[in-house]
Amino acid sequence: MASTVIRDLLERAFPGAEIAVDDRTGGGDHFQVTVVSSAFDGLSLIEQHRLVNAALAAPLADGTIHELRIRTKGTA
Amino acid sequence: MSTLSEQIQHVIATEPVVVFMKGTPEMPACGNSLRALQALWSAGAPIAAVDVLPDPRIRQELSALSEWPTIPQVFVRGELIGGADITEELHASGELQARLDAALGTEREQTVRTLELALPA
Repeated sequence: MASTVIRDLLERAFPGAEIAVDDRTGGGDHFQVTVVSSAFDGLSLIEQHRLVNAALAAPLADGTIHELRIRTKGTA
Repeated sequence: MSTLSEQIQHVIATEPVVVFMKGTPEMPACGNSLRALQALWSAGAPIAAVDVLPDPRIRQELSALSEWPTIPQVFVRGELIGGADITEELHASGELQARLDAALGTEREQTVRTLELALPA
């Protein structure tokens, strides 16, 4: 359930990106997200992660996401 | 007494390397906090740690300052490096050590300290 919400938010923020959302514990609140997008080209890691955090601001703030691991990559 | 926000800013500004974490280096309360610590330690960082768990206001004030929603948060010379994933990734590529060398010099004493904030009533 939450995985779908997270994927939708990421797809909206990063159109055309390669996205993987993994529920690490099966409990629906510990996630690993991987996003490969041209939006990250030329950005530092922290800038890339800031974009992902911003895309997931709502579920991060309301506690839907208890723990988030992020992996990002540009396409260039 | 300074406000919590002022204390956090002071710690970030004055500690060469500080990690805001869940639990303490002796007893980490979260796997990600442990991962960040291990990466910092392996890269030879002197570590100052602040436990965010004693009071939810610590995390609120910190995230408001850093505009970073999750814990841990690692700062080197006042600059946010990132959370556990970035710290680990930078360590794996050797970049964390290079940044520490640039920020702190190559001859540094490796220590671990836990800092206590004065919590407002």
